[in-house]
Amino acid sequence: MKKNSFQLYRRDFLKSCYKALSFAGIFYLSFQPEKLLFSRENSQYDPTKHWYGMGIDIHKCIGCGRCADACKKENDVPREPIYFRTWIERYVVPIEGETYVDSPNGGIDGFPEFKGDIDILKTYFVPKICNQCAKPPCVQVCPVGATFLSQDGVVLVDEKWCIGCRYCIQACPYGARYLHPVKKVADKCTFCYHRIVKGLLPACVEVCPTQARIFGEVGLQSSPLRRFVRFNDIIVTKQYLNTEPKVYYAGADMEVR
Amino acid sequence: MLDIGVTNMIPEFQHITGYIYPNEFELHWGTLIVVYPYITGLVAGAFILASLERVFNVKVLQPVYRLSLLAALAFLLVAPLPLIIHLGRPERAFEMFLTPSTKSAMAMFGFVYAWYLMVVLLLEIWFDYRKEIVIWSQEKEGLSKYIYKILTLGATDISEPSLNFDAKIGKVITIIGIPSAFLLHGYVGFIFGAVKANPWWSSVLMPIVFLFSAMVSGIALVFLIYMVTSMFRRKEMDMDCLNKLAELLLYAMIIDFSLELLDFTHRLYESEESIKILAELIYSRLFISLIVSQIIIGSLVPMISITWARFFKLPDEMRRMVYFITAILVQVGIFSTRWNVVIGGQLFSKSLRGLTVYKLQLLGIEGLLMAAFLLILPLVILYILCKVLPPWVENEGEFQTSEIET
Repeated sequence: MKKNSFQLYRRDFLKSCYKALSFAGIFYLSFQPEKLLFSRENSQYDPTKHWYGMGIDIHKCIGCGRCADACKKENDVPREPIYFRTWIERYVVPIEGETYVDSPNGGIDGFPEFKGDIDILKTYFVPKICNQCAKPPCVQVCPVGATFLSQDGVVLVDEKWCIGCRYCIQACPYGARYLHPVKKVADKCTFCYHRIVKGLLPACVEVCPTQARIFGEVGLQSSPLRRFVRFNDIIVTKQYLNTEPKVYYAGADMEVR
Repeated sequence: MLDIGVTNMIPEFQHITGYIYPNEFELHWGTLIVVYPYITGLVAGAFILASLERVFNVKVLQPVYRLSLLAALAFLLVAPLPLIIHLGRPERAFEMFLTPSTKSAMAMFGFVYAWYLMVVLLLEIWFDYRKEIVIWSQEKEGLSKYIYKILTLGATDISEPSLNFDAKIGKVITIIGIPSAFLLHGYVGFIFGAVKANPWWSSVLMPIVFLFSAMVSGIALVFLIYMVTSMFRRKEMDMDCLNKLAELLLYAMIIDFSLELLDFTHRLYESEESIKILAELIYSRLFISLIVSQIIIGSLVPMISITWARFFKLPDEMRRMVYFITAILVQVGIFSTRWNVVIGGQLFSKSLRGLTVYKLQLLGIEGLLMAAFLLILPLVILYILCKVLPPWVENEGEFQTSEIET
């Protein structure tokens, strides 16, 4: 019987099926496409295995403001000079009298020359950032649980759940939070959470030309942060409030708060 | 010394002195949040006043008993409005009920509020008015007949035992209501007092000071409403009741003022890290609203004038005049108190190095007009409530005689 080219015989059909299935099987086993398509990148990331903190070496900070600028670019922080996830303060300590502190535009444009008629004892720059407290008062007060301490020790805000009551902004002793003028929800430093889960550094740490910021694991023996804490005299800001900050300052004196 | 960078860019900030954190340029809780504790204070105060008559049998206060309850209800209905309007995302306000964070003082607002409105105020008013509502539902004509019919909620039994039951229940509710009123406003004080980040707020006395100032403002409010309504209704004011109100107002003010004085002395004596900036705050930012308005006009002058009017021989006409002006001054004083807490607490930097400014806008959501609207709205509600459920005592008298006739 002459074969019609469009007609399939049962045996041929089964053969084709077998071939297709084998191909599909080999393809599936070798590429696992559903993982490529549906799984998030780095699904191996396990937040319970991390506990992040940051070290800030005041001796190394030159007040260039690259960190604050990088932060705004990385995280779409409004450019207006009243919204910051991180900023740099300049301390001018005179021999006598009050310490002068400023932070023009968060230090992004650098600092103008200090023109005061006083004898200066010392000056230094202090980068400020959310302390990612282990006992965050901002999290405690949130009425809807929109802000929370993640398992890896980062205080985050769920911008889809925040009602914008601003109680957390009031409760933060460090002025680290602001109300996002467009989203109308509380906003703050996330340690660039989208980067750190991929094993990258926060933007401010990445761009710092003098490595004044050290990011890493608080608890891990081999982490650079652990080494930094070990070999420096460390303070945290407003320790008496018992918020257990995880941003550790080396070289800060009593004026820093 | 000015923070050159920002003040050049945003001219409003020229009045900032010293250093403030950059995120502190924007004040987060404005006029609306001043209005909120002011209103809840009036609610709690008016209710506590009403409970005095009921629980402690202060019979002289009978003319203002129902009026206080209705005033409390009218203000309570408006209380959540400033909060909701102030939210960045008001459409998500209901999340506070859906996913309340049990650790948050603020999350409890919804529950305390609902408890107070549903369990305490509405029930108490309903039980108190039940007899009249039933009778009105039978006597009145037209639409109002049906309104009262609905208000009876189907309970039309006004026999002796049932009325006794009402009275008993009413008393129980009031007894539950007093701690609830304390809870409602004490809790508002706690919201501020428990913020350890803010040395101006953080004080264990805050809830108690809030409570007593609530009583002060509540009594003064009922005072005013009673006097104004009597004037418009061309009815004789009950002078015994007014004198009693004046006494209560004075006692509450003495306690309130002493507590605040204690708080002040305590801070000064402990002289913590923040004392310097707080002293600057008082002298350069809050001088008018704290020293002049809250302490002198709102506390000292009223205390002296009530003492004078109540305990010295004065003609009734004069007495009423003094009481009236005093009650107004007290309201000004308590509003200033709320202002000094809410706004004052945000005028200094948490770096304790500088002071900022608050500019009250006329228009807009946080504006003066909105605040005025929110303060007038409860009075409108009260007017309607008084139409539906007349709280006037002589009405009750008339009503009772008519009942006897029938």
